[in-house]
Amino acid sequence: MKTRDTLVLALTALWRNKMRSLLTTLGVVIGVAAVIMMQALGMGATELVTGEIASMGSNLLVISPGGGGNHAFGGSLLSAPLFEEADLEAIRDECDAVRFVAAANSRSVNAVYGDQSRSVSLQGVTPDWFEIRDWGVATGRPLDVEDDQQGSKRCLIGETVRRDFFEDQDPLGADIRVHDLGCEVVGVLEERGTSTFGTDQDDIILMPLTTFGRRITGSESLGTMMVSATSEDRITEAKEQIEELLRQRRRIHEGEDDDFSVRDLREIQELMGTVTGVLTTLLASVAAISLLVGGIGIMNIMLVSVTERTREIGIRLAIGARAGDILQQFLLEAMTLAAVGGVIGILIGLGGAYGLARAFGMPMHIPVTGTIVAFGFAVGVGVLFGVFPARKAARLRPIEALRFE
Amino acid sequence: MAGPDHEPGEGEPEPTPLLELRGVTKVYGEGEAAVHALRGINLRIRRGEFVAILGTSGCGKSTAMNILGALDMPTKGHFLLEGIAVEELHADVLASLRNRRFGFIFQGFNLLRRTAAIDNVELPMIYAGVPRQERVERAAAALAMVGLSGREHARPNELSGGQQQRVAIARALVTRPEVILADEPTGNLDSKTSAEIMDLLYGLNHDSGQTIIMVTHDAEIADYAARHVVFRDGQVIADGPHTRGEAAP
Repeated sequence: MKTRDTLVLALTALWRNKMRSLLTTLGVVIGVAAVIMMQALGMGATELVTGEIASMGSNLLVISPGGGGNHAFGGSLLSAPLFEEADLEAIRDECDAVRFVAAANSRSVNAVYGDQSRSVSLQGVTPDWFEIRDWGVATGRPLDVEDDQQGSKRCLIGETVRRDFFEDQDPLGADIRVHDLGCEVVGVLEERGTSTFGTDQDDIILMPLTTFGRRITGSESLGTMMVSATSEDRITEAKEQIEELLRQRRRIHEGEDDDFSVRDLREIQELMGTVTGVLTTLLASVAAISLLVGGIGIMNIMLVSVTERTREIGIRLAIGARAGDILQQFLLEAMTLAAVGGVIGILIGLGGAYGLARAFGMPMHIPVTGTIVAFGFAVGVGVLFGVFPARKAARLRPIEALRFE
Repeated sequence: MAGPDHEPGEGEPEPTPLLELRGVTKVYGEGEAAVHALRGINLRIRRGEFVAILGTSGCGKSTAMNILGALDMPTKGHFLLEGIAVEELHADVLASLRNRRFGFIFQGFNLLRRTAAIDNVELPMIYAGVPRQERVERAAAALAMVGLSGREHARPNELSGGQQQRVAIARALVTRPEVILADEPTGNLDSKTSAEIMDLLYGLNHDSGQTIIMVTHDAEIADYAARHVVFRDGQVIADGPHTRGEAAP
């Protein structure tokens, strides 16, 4: 008999039990939808993160303590010495491919103005920070070299802080207490909005790094330094200059590994891409497990169906169905259930991905490969878990099947 | 009481019978629990016969019928179809035999539930690989032949018992089988409907020469058949021709 005829038989049998067929596919529907949503979310997040990094300026280099190499987070991060302010100055003075050098340390502190108090991210920054982050000042002035050298008690506030503390008042010249240190507000930063990770970037107070080190943390070591190259084609040159200088200053002998790393934006993007990629794979794998569970659901219902339809199978065998015909029919039924579940799952998954993308303000991505793989996997699961019940059906002996009550 | 036309004299050439059971034994179960359903049956059926297999419940007549229809296999002995030992054939060949050469009619009709009459009749042709257009035409013709024109799309639960059995007969006939095997075909029907079904079967045999083997315990039903084979305790105790209206053996 022809496969097309068997398919018609299979579809007819499923249609006779519409409700049960639909419920059977539910596991696969959820599995496929979850895989697609996770993939779409992961892709959206990756694009958002890499996009945000790119917006920081293409000439940017980030210098961080801890092993270089390709490890995402080097094992020596904790043991590697931090940088000194002298390192910063040495880079500025000696590397001619470098235009701006900045450092920033941050800590979450309590800020008080009048009778209002709030927790805020306090950042100690050097003057070039504004250039490197390409973050301007809305009113007032940025922190300058003088502030940095004097360790002055001056600060800039983000838009969120301004709105909370001052509403319609003029914040310039006002005194706020940051971590019990009285600071004069000299400016308000431009509004930036929410970051990829959902944090409010405007909920911030900036003060000179020197002040931050002396008055807040009691340590003048620098965590991360940011450098911008004089031009895009001198990035590699700048990188080499910095590496050579820092190896000298940190007394790293020839042949030894760096205990710091200098990464350009592309590398950081790749790094972030790897991280989000791993996360996406992880999430999709968890979702794939639910797909597997969905397959087991199909197997269970198909096994029940085989028992329930023993007499029907007997009739088919008596009028001339071969074992292969029965096998094919039940296998096609299982595959159809899985495929229909897959299609419904794709629709729900794409709809859900669209909803999530909108909710999180991320770009919508249709994971084409993910969708194809999820669908293929669903049908594969249908075959895998359909074989057992189908074989059980095909192995029935006609006379016993006919006698089955 | 074997008739002379069934037991040829020695050396006399006898055409190969259509169906033959030769020393067939059927045992269900093993050891002490074993049930001997058939104990060495010999039976020959020629083309065009209308044979009634009679006997009380549990005498082995249904078992013999299942073996004759290639639905079951003998424990010992042979079932020959035109001289070929059926028990040696591959399962797919057996399926093909059931599909093309045998047509079954059951006591309980055995139609597919929630499936239109015409689809039930088409089913054996689907397994035979008949193209769709031809299937529909032949199924409709078979239903017309059993007097069910206009009810093609009725489902079994919308049909009376007699009509359901007619659908089953149409399904048995539609592949133009050589043998119709009927197991208590009127067992679930009232006497008036039974008579109609039996007239139909009688007509098939009488007018078209259709070979029919029918199992029944009812002498009235057996009266339609031209040969009576009587079973008792797994053995044939009587086998001879029958004339309609005469008392059953």
